[in-house]
Amino acid sequence: MLPVSNFPNDVGSIRPNLRRSEDLDGVISTRLDSAVGWARKYSIFQYPFVTACCGMEYMSTACAHYDMDRFGAGFPRFSPRQADVLMVVGTISHKIAPVLRRIYDQMASPKWVVAFGACASTGGFYDNYATVQGIDTILPVDLYIPGCPPRPEAVLQGLMMLQKKIQEQGR
Amino acid sequence: MDTKALLAELYDVVGLGVSALSGSGFDAFITVEQNSARKALEFLHRKGFNVLADLTCVDYLRYGFDERPLPPSHPHRLRRWPSPPKPPRRFKLVYRLLELDPAEGLARGRLAVHVWATGKEAGPPSVMDLWPNADWLEREVWDMFGIRFSGRPDIKRILLYEEFVGHPLRKDYPIDKRQPLIGPKEGAARTVVSDEPLRPDPS
Ligand code: SF4
Repeated sequence: MLPVSNFPNDVGSIRPNLRRSEDLDGVISTRLDSAVGWARKYSIFQYPFVTACCGMEYMSTACAHYDMDRFGAGFPRFSPRQADVLMVVGTISHKIAPVLRRIYDQMASPKWVVAFGACASTGGFYDNYATVQGIDTILPVDLYIPGCPPRPEAVLQGLMMLQKKIQEQGR
Repeated sequence: MDTKALLAELYDVVGLGVSALSGSGFDAFITVEQNSARKALEFLHRKGFNVLADLTCVDYLRYGFDERPLPPSHPHRLRRWPSPPKPPRRFKLVYRLLELDPAEGLARGRLAVHVWATGKEAGPPSVMDLWPNADWLEREVWDMFGIRFSGRPDIKRILLYEEFVGHPLRKDYPIDKRQPLIGPKEGAARTVVSDEPLRPDPS
């Protein structure tokens, strides 16, 4: 870590990472979008749209054993207006599809969508009259987590990738 | 429960409508024609079958017709295929009845009643008044197989949405027919993934 005097005055606007000044104790300089991204990625309020067996794996990831809260995503909100990540966990049928779309529309921007498991990503092995062949046919998706169901490690890896995307997105 | 005696008595009551009686103990089943179904089920209800555990249906449309020939080495090679049911027999309703002792919570008897149905307008009579839970089961059979039970109010879909046309578990429902409410018309999967998907970093 370099002392702040080594940088020109506008250091904060060109260096994206958070830095603590050693001269001026307690002062942090950064870029605004970087700070916003940092704040967002560690305070993910998710909306778990759980419809099927993947929900079990979602619960095990969220609960103490794997503890999604370590990544700042431990707070599911059951109102779409308070959530920023829509987790679509499980098989989506044609009957529920308009409801899912409506929930997505009700979420405030910025928002991200995770397709959790094979069914949400592609329809899985349910290639039949009842099942939506991947939620990306009705919503934009940011992250696909493969697996039937995905292991908690895969979910956590996906979560970290999503955090990276949120950080880079800035606003 | 003495299944044998019960079935004999049933045969006396229902008569020629009974086309097959088989099994013993907990595996017994009887097959009746649609016209005699109500009589047989009423009789069994009187005899203490107080639980309708399940009501479902099988479509025999192509049963026994288009079985592919088995390879010579196949162990079932020598088995005779069951002959297909003759029209207008097409659907077989399966009522699974239970005689439950409410005091002990134990099943004393179990019986499956198979009823041939045609799937045409006037369907088999409803048994909602005997077993109230038949309401939802009959709606499910209507939804999936299009069997309209007579003598009951308000039959409507229970699993699928009202906009759905047809009955998907009928063997003549096209296997690739899709009726999505939103999204692409044919319900097809996307061939390009949305936005820029995130890819894992192997490092
Ligand atoms: S992907 Fe597998 S585990 Fe997940 S909802 Fe579909 S069938 Fe269930």
